[in-house]
Amino acid sequence: MIRLEHRGQHSQTMLYLSPLLAVVLTLIFGTIVFAILGKDPLVALYTFFVMPLTNLHGVSELLVKATPLVLIGIGLSIGFRANVWNIGAEGQLTIGAIFGGGLAIYFHDSDSLFLLPGMIVAGIIGGMVWAAIPALLRTRFNANEILTSLMLSYVAVLFLSYLVHGPWRDPGGYNFPETRLFPDAGTLPTLISGTRVHLGGVFALLVVFSGWIILSKAVIGLQLRVVGLAPAAARFAGYNENKLIWFSLLLSGGLAGLAGLSEVSGTIGQLIPTISPGYGFTAIIVAFLGRLHPVGVLLSGLVLALTYLGGEMAQIEIGTPAAVTGLFQGALLFFLLACDVLTNYRLRIGATRAERGGVA
Amino acid sequence: MFRKITLAVVAAAFALSTSVGAIAEENKVGFIYVGPIGDHGWSYRHDVGRLAIEKALGDRVKTSFIESVKEGPDAERVIQQLASSGHNLIFTTSFGFMNPTLKVAKRFPKVKFEHATGYKRSDNLSTYSGRFYEGRYVAGVIAAKMTKSNVVGYVGSFPIPEVVRGINAFLLGARSINPKITIKVVWVSTWYDPGKEADAAKALIDQGADIITQHTDSPAPLQVAENRGVYGFGQASDNLHFAPKAQLTAIIDNWDSYYVSRARAMLDGTWKSQDVWGGFKDGMVSMAPFTNMPSDVSKLAAETQAAITSGKLHPFQGPIKDQEGKVRAEAGKVLDDGTLLGMNWYVEGVEGKLPQ
Repeated sequence: MIRLEHRGQHSQTMLYLSPLLAVVLTLIFGTIVFAILGKDPLVALYTFFVMPLTNLHGVSELLVKATPLVLIGIGLSIGFRANVWNIGAEGQLTIGAIFGGGLAIYFHDSDSLFLLPGMIVAGIIGGMVWAAIPALLRTRFNANEILTSLMLSYVAVLFLSYLVHGPWRDPGGYNFPETRLFPDAGTLPTLISGTRVHLGGVFALLVVFSGWIILSKAVIGLQLRVVGLAPAAARFAGYNENKLIWFSLLLSGGLAGLAGLSEVSGTIGQLIPTISPGYGFTAIIVAFLGRLHPVGVLLSGLVLALTYLGGEMAQIEIGTPAAVTGLFQGALLFFLLACDVLTNYRLRIGATRAERGGVA
Repeated sequence: MFRKITLAVVAAAFALSTSVGAIAEENKVGFIYVGPIGDHGWSYRHDVGRLAIEKALGDRVKTSFIESVKEGPDAERVIQQLASSGHNLIFTTSFGFMNPTLKVAKRFPKVKFEHATGYKRSDNLSTYSGRFYEGRYVAGVIAAKMTKSNVVGYVGSFPIPEVVRGINAFLLGARSINPKITIKVVWVSTWYDPGKEADAAKALIDQGADIITQHTDSPAPLQVAENRGVYGFGQASDNLHFAPKAQLTAIIDNWDSYYVSRARAMLDGTWKSQDVWGGFKDGMVSMAPFTNMPSDVSKLAAETQAAITSGKLHPFQGPIKDQEGKVRAEAGKVLDDGTLLGMNWYVEGVEGKLPQ
């Protein structure tokens, strides 16, 4: 009989090594998969993980793709540390895009310098408003924020769908479901000409740095960590749990809203029925893969972004199916969880030590 | 030691990149699809068109495709990736790829682009689509003959003119036979989600529909029709093997000859930006064999199809009234293409309000 036995003491080294180990195992797994698909594994892995980064276009697209993942991932990881499970970042992203994008649509012929800052603030507020609902329901009625935030995601996406099919539809667009294009004054400036890298990337880096400050230096960071690790101790210390729930949800919601605004005003340039290919959900993987640490989230955001780009590159160059991208992401998460389990537990074959000792 | 390994890896990477880069010299045609090529419908038919290019032009071109590309920020990156990796002709096959295609087309003036079902064009961006409504009209005629409850269930994707036009054409076809027919529509807000599509079909059957048709990309609604013992239609591709007892016919999208001719034009240097909207006459739309119906119905369907092909019959021939009873086309008049392309109203007989 095989059983898991708790190791008692965690290895700090393994905590940080296990994501690396998971990446290595995923690569080995990928080699086998590509070999089974009849592709030369070396060429395939090169195409998947290196080729997207061999030119400026690829590197810039990696940054564009990672930007929303990192922005959302930082917010989520801070909340997750305090056991506040905001699963609804997708909805907060959407409402942020609606608030900020709405401003651009209303002032579509404006060339004011204040439009863009206004949109950014509106985007953040939008995300916070949407996250405030689960916060209120949790602190007032003790409703599980996992469920409420998740459900509100669908509401947000349908609300966006209503707006672009109805009142905000482009009057010159043959009734197709999309709004007008944002004016130049409502578009995030690109940082490198000829690429799509926009100011949102800078926001992401600032947020990584601020996240690190909050978690390691600020009092509230300490409180969040204590609540997560030892809720009883936190209550004993007199921490205001409700305050921490509000803080976590508003922070992660605001950042998701900022991510949404960056997407519509940085890359899309208008509101359309789908503005996010599931960034709010992928960011959950990003947060865990990054060990809920801001720098880790930055790295894991880049790794996950690379799997998307690599998947497309592999489709173009060697004709693998799109499902390979999902396969890699799933394998990565699986190996990470498996490594974590084996960091905390050891495998025992046969009876446990206690049973062998015959204490009974 | 470490430095040596690094050097070796870098050298290997360079060797690989130059060998891969060498392919970029040939002529390449790229495709992006909104769904998987295994959707048995829309994207599948485009991929059949891609394979037709390979078959017809052999070594002269190489084709590649990217499937399941979301309409949104990802689309522009994927199109750009095709353009920058040496593709000379790129087909983007969903409405939501319109603005991204336009943006990339501006950046790559030498690359030729073709966008399906959109309306924005430029010197190196063509548009093309099929007059699928002609097939819908024929399907409506068949439905009117086969229904007992006089209620048709319609699974819609998004309330865009393309889809609304299909609903209206279907109902006009049906009412040309039996003016009591009504259509119930359920919107699923997706092009491809077999689970959602099936649920919508079940709900429609529960509300009394005994004919199911859909403007989504999977055969799921048709499979539900088969299981529940009602009739249905295949969409984009012949789906008879999914529903041997339920499929009456299917509206088939034929992109093969268009794709081959455009790829050939690109190779010959005769490619020009244009707008093509082809129907039965051009072979871009066709019908699967008429099955599971008495011979008088299949005869009527074939006659209807022949009349549309010859131009004797136009699906949007007046008199046409909308839901409010307002006359949209006088008797003897035909709605022009501009009206058809921007259609945002239901004809009389569709139940419910069009989401606005």
